[in-house]
Amino acid sequence: MIHFENVGLRYGMGPEILRDMTFDIPKRSFQFLTGPSGAGKTTLLRLMLMSLHPTRGLIHMFGRDLSQIPRTELPMLRRRVGIVFQDFRLLDHLTTYENVALPLRVRGKDEGAYRNDVIELLKWVGLGERINVLPPVLSGGEKQRAAIARALIDRPEILLADEPTGNVDPPMARRLLNLFLELNRLGTAVVIATHDLGLMDQVNARRMILTEGRLDIYE
Amino acid sequence: MNELSRLRARKVGKPSATEQQPRRTEMHVRPTAPILPASNIQGNALMVVIAIMAFLACLTLGAVSMVRATAASWQSQISREITIQIKPEEGLDMDATLQKARELALTFVGTRSGTIMDDDATARLLEPWLGTGLDLSELPVPRLVIITIDEQNPPDFAAMRDLLASEVPQAFLDDHRTWVDRLVSMAHTTVLIGIGVLVLVFTAMILTVIFATRGALSGNRHIVEVLHFVGAERSFVATEFQKHFLKISLKGSAAGSALAALLFATANLWQSRSLATPESDQATALFGTFTIGFGGYLGIFATMIVIALLTTLTARFTVMRTIDEIDFIRSDPARSEGAPPS
Repeated sequence: MIHFENVGLRYGMGPEILRDMTFDIPKRSFQFLTGPSGAGKTTLLRLMLMSLHPTRGLIHMFGRDLSQIPRTELPMLRRRVGIVFQDFRLLDHLTTYENVALPLRVRGKDEGAYRNDVIELLKWVGLGERINVLPPVLSGGEKQRAAIARALIDRPEILLADEPTGNVDPPMARRLLNLFLELNRLGTAVVIATHDLGLMDQVNARRMILTEGRLDIYE
Repeated sequence: MNELSRLRARKVGKPSATEQQPRRTEMHVRPTAPILPASNIQGNALMVVIAIMAFLACLTLGAVSMVRATAASWQSQISREITIQIKPEEGLDMDATLQKARELALTFVGTRSGTIMDDDATARLLEPWLGTGLDLSELPVPRLVIITIDEQNPPDFAAMRDLLASEVPQAFLDDHRTWVDRLVSMAHTTVLIGIGVLVLVFTAMILTVIFATRGALSGNRHIVEVLHFVGAERSFVATEFQKHFLKISLKGSAAGSALAALLFATANLWQSRSLATPESDQATALFGTFTIGFGGYLGIFATMIVIALLTTLTARFTVMRTIDEIDFIRSDPARSEGAPPS
């Protein structure tokens, strides 16, 4: 699904932030991306989201060479990827329902066609009672779940989550992890960037460890 | 979401209370809000800026239109008449000469009527300089014949001048050409100055609107980014912003333009209701008549539309550029500001 080959990335003339990244994210796989703060986890996720272009190396997304894809086609490709930002990036003037429905709205779908799906998904993530609430009123965990629901609403083939449990207590972290596992069982590949060892210890999953710009993978 | 529907039955990290609830509970969802907040500080500030600039632009446009109309009216009034001046001479029968000059002038095609300025009218004309109780027979004062002409089809002034010179040597034809030329030149200069001011005001308006729009947009950059990352196409994002800013600019420019139009209409109404009062005469002497006519109001409407379109286009181009910048960061990570590696 995603293939990186000798990918490197540097900012300007600075040192390489990421070096010689070679890995695959297979379909239906589940993996943690971990490493100390500043190791480049978010940067690697942004490369997978196609919001950064590598300085060197090859990236294949869904079987296509990223360097050959015109800019105008990138939104279509991005729609196959769900992203959960570390800072949620919910729009404060939209309700939980409207935030979660946003990806469908930008695809030009009619509200009548997705209304029940959005409500059902919100119930599934435990926000059934918070449908009409604006993000500033939500707790950290609720915002996190709303962001996850937004990433899932259009059934992406891969979900990228940046520190999804960073703002929640351990029981909520456990619930969110279960949510990701269920999603993975349904066929979505999941990449969770985290430095929460306790979270990773709960699941026997592939670990991608970034250290000083280099990647080690433990299957 | 059929798969997700099935999931609901599996109790995934979620209290089972929902399981016991009725199969489908009606959820009330508010009407979908626009992707961009309908009202925020930047939007309101932009609306006020647009309203002020529209008001100033329309005011200038109306003023230029008024000056033009007033200048044209002066020009028309002066060029509607010509004057034949008869200089007094020893032994000249002034009344007969005045009559003869009038008749000669009226033989030309393009003349309409001729009036000999009688003694009383001439005395009134000279009153500011020579005082009252003037006996014109004791003074060598030239006398005037006023000929009204057809503005659209004026007579041949050169031929008239030649005929008068041969038949009435004491006559001098004044077709007011010097005055008209000066007035036309003055009117043109005034209108040109007005247009210059109009261009300056419009330029200031365009720049202000562009900067204010960009300022308002910078407050919405996070929305552009979120839309971009959830897979929105450039055209979708641009259209959303375009719609939003079209509403703001239409409201702002309509308010400013309406206020300017109202100001002109009120001034016109006041002037027409206070005709022949000292205040009205003073205002008329200073500004002419406050009539901008249909053309003026059309100009105000056009200004409103131009401002609205300008704001909308600025919003579109700025959003496009913001998306380009996001993509540019993608192709050149060195330009990234907010993405330190974690």
